[in-house]
Amino acid sequence: MRLQLAGRSLRRNVSRTLLATLGVAVSAAMLLDMVMLATGMRESFASLLGRNGFTIRVSPRGTLPFDSEATIGQGADAAAAIAGVPGVTAVAPVLGATIHVLGSGPAVTAFALGIDPAVQGDYELLDGAEPTAPDAVVASDAFLRATNAHIGDTIDVAVGFDPQLRTYQGRRRLVVSGRAHFVYLSADDRAAALQLGTVQAMAGRERADRVSLFMVRTAPNVDPEVARAAIERALPRVTALSTAAAIAEAERRLSYFRQLAFILGAVSLIVGFLLVSTIITVSVNERVGEIAVMRAIGVSRWHIVQQITIEGVALSLTGAVAGLLLGIVTARYLNSILRGFPGLPDAIDFFLFQPSAAFRALGLLVASGIIAGIYPSWRAASLPISGTLREEAVG
Amino acid sequence: MTGQLVLSATDVHRDYPLSGSPVHAVRGVSLDVMRGEYVAIVGPSGCGKSTLLNLLGAIDRPTRGSVSIGGTAVSTLPDREATRFRLTHIGFVFQRFYLLPVLSAQENIELPMSEAGLSASERQQRAKELLGYVGLGERARHRPAELSGGEQQRVAIARALANKPTVLLADEPTGELDASTGADVIALFDRLNRDGMTIVVVTHDEKLAGAARRVVHMLDGRVVRDERLLRRA
Repeated sequence: MRLQLAGRSLRRNVSRTLLATLGVAVSAAMLLDMVMLATGMRESFASLLGRNGFTIRVSPRGTLPFDSEATIGQGADAAAAIAGVPGVTAVAPVLGATIHVLGSGPAVTAFALGIDPAVQGDYELLDGAEPTAPDAVVASDAFLRATNAHIGDTIDVAVGFDPQLRTYQGRRRLVVSGRAHFVYLSADDRAAALQLGTVQAMAGRERADRVSLFMVRTAPNVDPEVARAAIERALPRVTALSTAAAIAEAERRLSYFRQLAFILGAVSLIVGFLLVSTIITVSVNERVGEIAVMRAIGVSRWHIVQQITIEGVALSLTGAVAGLLLGIVTARYLNSILRGFPGLPDAIDFFLFQPSAAFRALGLLVASGIIAGIYPSWRAASLPISGTLREEAVG
Repeated sequence: MTGQLVLSATDVHRDYPLSGSPVHAVRGVSLDVMRGEYVAIVGPSGCGKSTLLNLLGAIDRPTRGSVSIGGTAVSTLPDREATRFRLTHIGFVFQRFYLLPVLSAQENIELPMSEAGLSASERQQRAKELLGYVGLGERARHRPAELSGGEQQRVAIARALANKPTVLLADEPTGELDASTGADVIALFDRLNRDGMTIVVVTHDEKLAGAARRVVHMLDGRVVRDERLLRRA
């Protein structure tokens, strides 16, 4: 009967209940979005780096991967040295280069990755075949759109351009073997991947046997930090960075995001609490006479507190459920705006919905609804019965 | 009347602290009510009638003295036990009815039974019986706002009877009613008393006081006269 009574008490003033629920929903949505923002970038960055099981990135000493144009010389020897480190199971060399796709119109500039198709971790093949032949290339949708090329087409590609002579260098005809999604690049990036040897050959002497980056896989039972240290000992001219360290570094750089999200989330929680608390207090103040009569006819103080607390929980819970939907819709919209920033990897999400974190946050909001209901109801249930009835009779 | 003592107040005082000197609302009232008695407490406004009724009904505690109902010293019961005692032994009727507006007539009557732990079917059956008893069998599903003042007071009386109390206490039960509906309530109290219910009513209404078998007159917090009326046919 307490549930029934609580439900009907809320329906007694429908517009007030609806407005309060809406307010709690907005507060819950804000809280949820802040929780999603606090963890989104870190989690999606971690997920991005952890793809394909690569646990260590090796770049020229003092640089981060693709932080600069610097490359590692004697790439084949370096690869062999890394492969010789205990616990290393695979080494994927990558050489970055700018390419120009020549056609009847203006040349299309794109970013090319020289890779080993057998162990690469830079793209996911969507259609067609891996670039197993020296003249094969896989490309992003943006690349294919810009060059008007399709799988099976032959394209004329150059690596260098001499502006004085207005000539292209390192020209080569390549066959588009597949369509790929480049996981570290944005959807709008024009990108292509071809064999490492092909890119090195096209780039000429400057890039012969050079590599921008090695991505390294380690055995599951090996601590990547141990392997990382061993790589740096074996190759003093490189910097090796484990995924865990990269994530920690990213987390450090994103810490202001988390602090902002934490503060705004806490504010949302407090606003939700105050809203429910105010509504319940107003509702209880309107019913002190009824509550005194209930006490007089023998309804226990605890049962009155329960009934009014149920009202607070119902408000918070309904608001939380509505807020969940509102928060997800808002987060998706905001995410779509933020992901439009140029150069951001397609896989990075600012707002990442994680059920456990979301339900913990909303659980906190519902718990605040319980606390918001307890105080005013206990206060009302503790008023002196006879005095309250006398005041009600006079009032 | 069987001669069994149901309610006993002994030298009951009730003082209210007020800035300056305390207000002595009830000053040394002693009152015994036997099973089946119908007692009206009358007196001018502010003489302490309602305060005494609250003390008799264990919703207030005397500053001094004691109140017992059915042998239980209710004036010393802790809050939780006093609440339980009111639920199971005392029926209250108030001047302003105080029905819960969100519940129907039947649900209002079921409320104390629900609190007492009766099953839904037991509650519904007894609530229907009580609604029939007070002549509102057809109004079970109506909300208080859909009932007249007299009907609301009859529902409130049925609610007071829900847990078969030892004594029914009523504070100005006809105070908000017109003469006609007041008469219905007076008739209902009379019938209840004839059916064996012990009733203590506080009233200004001479007709209601005249329907009682015993009238206790109060003045300035004291009982000044206690008269027994002849039982009418």
